[in-house]
Amino acid sequence: MIYTTIVNNQTIPVADIPEVSYKEFFGLNTGFLTNSPERHCVNYFGYPAGKQIKLICCIADDHTHEIAVSSCRVTASDSLDSFTASNFSFEKFEREIHENFGIGYNDHPWLKPVRYAHNRADQTKTIANYPFFAIESDELHEVGVGPIHAGIIEPGHFRFICNGEQILHLEIQLGYQHRGIEQQFLEKKKLLQRATIAESIAGDTVVGHTTAFSHLWESLCGYQVSRDIEFSRTIALELERMAVHTGDLSAVCTDIAYQLGSSVFGRLRTPIINFMQEWGGNRLSKGLIRPASNPSPFTPELAHRLAEILDIFEPDFLEMNEQLFSLPSTLSRFERTGVVSHDDVLSIGTVGMAARMSGLNRDIRSSHPFSLYPELNHEPIIKHHGDVYSRVQIRKAEVKQSMQYIRNLIQNVPKISENGPVFKSPKHNSFTLSLVEGWRGEICHCAITDEKGELILYKVKDPSFHNWLALALSVRNNEISDFPICNKSFNLSYSGHDL
Amino acid sequence: MLSLILILIASAFFTGIILRVKSMASGRKGPGLFQPVKDVARLFKKGVVYSETTSFVFQIAPTIYFSSVVMAMLVVPFGQSKGFVSFNGDFIFFAYVLALGKFFSIISAMDTGSSFEGMGASREALYSMFAEPAFFILMGSLALLTGHTSFQEIFAALHIGSYISYALAILGTFVLMMVAMVENSRMPIDDPKTHLELTMVHEVMILDNSGFDLGLILTAGYLKFAIYGALVVNLFIGVFPYQYSIPMFFVIQIVLATGVGLIESFMARFRMSHNAQFIFVLTSVSLLIFFGVLMILGKFA
Repeated sequence: MIYTTIVNNQTIPVADIPEVSYKEFFGLNTGFLTNSPERHCVNYFGYPAGKQIKLICCIADDHTHEIAVSSCRVTASDSLDSFTASNFSFEKFEREIHENFGIGYNDHPWLKPVRYAHNRADQTKTIANYPFFAIESDELHEVGVGPIHAGIIEPGHFRFICNGEQILHLEIQLGYQHRGIEQQFLEKKKLLQRATIAESIAGDTVVGHTTAFSHLWESLCGYQVSRDIEFSRTIALELERMAVHTGDLSAVCTDIAYQLGSSVFGRLRTPIINFMQEWGGNRLSKGLIRPASNPSPFTPELAHRLAEILDIFEPDFLEMNEQLFSLPSTLSRFERTGVVSHDDVLSIGTVGMAARMSGLNRDIRSSHPFSLYPELNHEPIIKHHGDVYSRVQIRKAEVKQSMQYIRNLIQNVPKISENGPVFKSPKHNSFTLSLVEGWRGEICHCAITDEKGELILYKVKDPSFHNWLALALSVRNNEISDFPICNKSFNLSYSGHDL
Repeated sequence: MLSLILILIASAFFTGIILRVKSMASGRKGPGLFQPVKDVARLFKKGVVYSETTSFVFQIAPTIYFSSVVMAMLVVPFGQSKGFVSFNGDFIFFAYVLALGKFFSIISAMDTGSSFEGMGASREALYSMFAEPAFFILMGSLALLTGHTSFQEIFAALHIGSYISYALAILGTFVLMMVAMVENSRMPIDDPKTHLELTMVHEVMILDNSGFDLGLILTAGYLKFAIYGALVVNLFIGVFPYQYSIPMFFVIQIVLATGVGLIESFMARFRMSHNAQFIFVLTSVSLLIFFGVLMILGKFA
């Protein structure tokens, strides 16, 4: 065997991951993805092992529900054949490896910086001298937007190359939000500190990232978590999905100047996040989820409150959707705007909504289920046109689905287990991988411990990591004035990408 | 003189009504009717900041824009009462003095060297160009119908004739209101509320203006709306005595403002590429009016 297979949230000794030559490593992982839409790379990263760099590649298979993990040792001065040349979905990963360790690739299309990690290999590369793609022409013009924007959003620079009103090319330059999250995980030793860092990876996916961290930590330390904790996490994940999707519908309406939708969806988001406040004391769910413990248990009283809130939420939500999807002026803005084809999403390896909008079934809740999802028998919502309309419809359908799941779950609120947390320390020399379907898509956290059980690597992959490229592709040949609505229909995270 | 006073009064509350209607339609209480005027008054007290990349064009443009609107306002009559000035062909003066102001606002936007403002300027120029034939075919038809060439004479003579002239007045209202929407950059052409520079038309052109200059531009916008409203009113009031026509003036202005507010609340704006198409439709409606006039005059055998 030149690779090993694990399931979601399984811990294995690092020694169990076979180490093969780069040639075999290359053939194995690119071979996995050839003509196999059911497989995709969930994480591919390097970390220093002695004087060498150890590369680990994790390929998830949605049919067998397993993840193939393989590894390889290379040195920083090597110049390797790039995976990207045979499969574009590795493009970002290899750029990241190149940026962090200076490993060269012979046939990578363009090894641009990803996020300017503070300990990057080549300190001469800075945000100020980013190598933008440019087209020499007297007829085309460039429009630069950001990193400071008119709205209340995070910093990122967008450079458009336009022919009049038509966009020919968009390049998205990120990295302004880099805070060194992965390094912080290693430096901060307390569990509470780490959980707080996990909450801050992306402010709109607090539950998603904290759940991924908690699962990873519990698996690494060998905790068996009681049902009530997993119950809380499942409810919280679905509530987060509902809140953000509803907020996004409002934002999409704002961008097309549809005031009614904007204000009604904006209002509908409030009771959901207010419920989070009632439950855990914070509207953005901070402090709600912690590894191996349940700081804010979900009580039957809360279940009753939530049922009431949903009963009021549902008719208004449905009525507003009815309006939104029957108004000619809104449909004309949604339909055939910002299309990304099935072939494109497959080749760049998007995840979550950005895959499901174009007929690519990628949903961790059904393919690598965690928490209580095995019981819910989740059916992913798939659309096929890959346009703004598909993305908006997925949001509508997923909110309805989440409501259904929550209603089913709160029929039976599990008893709160009395056992307080027993402190356990992580296993030595181990590797763990945790996948969670956040509202935006697949979140992947990986960790490796040393012989003392200390973390030597913590790797985070937010769904935005791949999906930004889908946004760049979606606006090609669209009007530049349609960019905001395309952008909002993806609603990607800057800080989740920049870490 | 009367029209001048009425337009000034109407401009004070027109935008306020739009904002209030929009607020109420989205379930908010909304600002007071005179908030836009207060905003402008506040801006007039402020100094101006000029970007170092701009030239004198950027500094004189707001003043020229404002004065062009004031000059246009002077020729608008009120029923029997002439405007401040009135002469043969004053509707052509009206259209082109507004165009002059627009020209300066466009080159001042280009003067800033910002890529956004350049895009806004190009959009504004395109839409004004498409809106121009609609206005001239409409006014030309009315001139043909009445045999006069000044606003006051045209409107005074308009009521005389068959009921078909009222049908023409309704079509004319549609064209004038839509031209007003284009000129004032309201929905569904442009979204005055948006914060997204890439989708703006008029708003993006004035991004660099501040303080007093911005106050001038906003005031000119309020006046413009009331001016077009006054033109619409003129299509209907004809020779009614003042005790009827003055209340009618305000009723029609309020109805128009409420209509604009409702449109902005309950529909999405057009895709940018549909705008040109939509504005062009106005020209065809104007052509309908033209054929209507030809029919009334018996030009068809």
